[in-house]
Amino acid sequence: MRKFIDQEELRDLWLKVCREVSREIPHSNIAIVGIRTRGAHLAARLRNFLKERTGIDVPFGILDITLYRDDLTAIAEQPVVRSTEIPFNVTGKRIVLVDDVIYTGRTVRAALDELIDFGRPSYIRLAVLIDRGGRELPIQPDFVGKFVELAPEEVVEVKLKEIDDEEGAYILKKK
Amino acid sequence: MKWRRKDLLGLRELSREEIEYILETAQPFKEISERPIKKVPTLRGKTVVNLFFEPSTRTRISFELAEKRLSADTINFTPGSSSVLKGETLLDTLRNIQAMQIDCVVMRHPSPGSCHFLAQRLDVPVINAGDGAHEHPTQALLDLFTIKEKKKRIEGLKVAIVGDIRFSRVARSNIWGLTKMGAKVRVISPPTLLPPCIEKMGVEVFYHLKEGLRNVDVIMALRIQRERQNESLIPSIREYRKLYGITREVLKVAKDDVIIMHPGPVNRGIELEPEVVDSSHSVILEQVTNGVAVRMAILYILMGGEVS
Repeated sequence: MRKFIDQEELRDLWLKVCREVSREIPHSNIAIVGIRTRGAHLAARLRNFLKERTGIDVPFGILDITLYRDDLTAIAEQPVVRSTEIPFNVTGKRIVLVDDVIYTGRTVRAALDELIDFGRPSYIRLAVLIDRGGRELPIQPDFVGKFVELAPEEVVEVKLKEIDDEEGAYILKKK
Repeated sequence: MKWRRKDLLGLRELSREEIEYILETAQPFKEISERPIKKVPTLRGKTVVNLFFEPSTRTRISFELAEKRLSADTINFTPGSSSVLKGETLLDTLRNIQAMQIDCVVMRHPSPGSCHFLAQRLDVPVINAGDGAHEHPTQALLDLFTIKEKKKRIEGLKVAIVGDIRFSRVARSNIWGLTKMGAKVRVISPPTLLPPCIEKMGVEVFYHLKEGLRNVDVIMALRIQRERQNESLIPSIREYRKLYGITREVLKVAKDDVIIMHPGPVNRGIELEPEVVDSSHSVILEQVTNGVAVRMAILYILMGGEVS
């Protein structure tokens, strides 16, 4: 286990993503949606950033993509389903979808399918803290905190103070 | 928790932990039925066979909605139009259906134990949708879910089950479930409508309605089965209503925030006064709404992931 992003760097990286999102996406009709669990916390930070900057409380939602996974019968232990909360009409919104790490792209695929089941957004942009390469689907993030090319046997683990004891990101070797 | 069962047959064999797991899993499924598109792709490509050998409206529709909202394909089978009439045994019928690569069987049958019998002989999950006077696990689970939603807990609550306990699979499943979850259960019924040795299930018995309802948090009224009227177990429907019908008047002895439940179909004006059915204490329609979420959770648990 190797720490490759510490607390300060993580804060700076996400701040950079927040600034880019704020600069490139018009604030009218913007909405933020985070993918459980850590994507939702990063999304909440983005919402707070926009609120401090503009005073606008933008619509905010959380996706649990478990029911849209493409590997349900292949995984040994059944994943716990938690609630999806999209308390606004997504139709016509400029949605910023947030996750902590992008790898194969399958989680984002599931999230896109689920979001589209709620309506027809104007567009969806993807913001991630870490892009670790290794895509299996033609899905690319629009806003990236840090890119790092990792081998398939390596795993990225992000820690956020909202749910973890610390803040930062680690690279682990799969057993 | 790791789920290890192939089937859902009754609450008698479930542990408290397993019951809690189902109730927790059901929570997020409730939201799906409130979406503009009430469907998730989770069970796409799976086929569920609904076999109802007894009449049913609520349970059958609820199961079918739950299956469809999870994107499963559904086949409905009723004995009236099938080879059961040509003398095929239940097991042969089911083996033939299983040979067509189906993924789950939901069955209601008048014989107690029929679902257990099938579950041991089929490879696919079997869900009991009511077997005679034995068990109706999904009804009890949706009742527990509704109580938990309304009261924020089950442990320590006083729950009264009123009416025809003897022939009620709903009562039996609920008694197993409620006592496991730590509720204090009492049954209120004429002696002729109680099964022998009911006390052994861990419940208190009352013959007088008003005595039994004192200070309860939850009332579950059961349907008086009018089709059993010729068995002379009660003198008359009118007398039953007079002694055991739940009225606004008799409700005054219960807690102020008592909730009233009923598995349906309600005989308005017999087991429940019409004003009670429509009162703010009544959660009968919420039970129906929750039924779909609870059944979705059960289908997901039995078919969504690998049994390891």
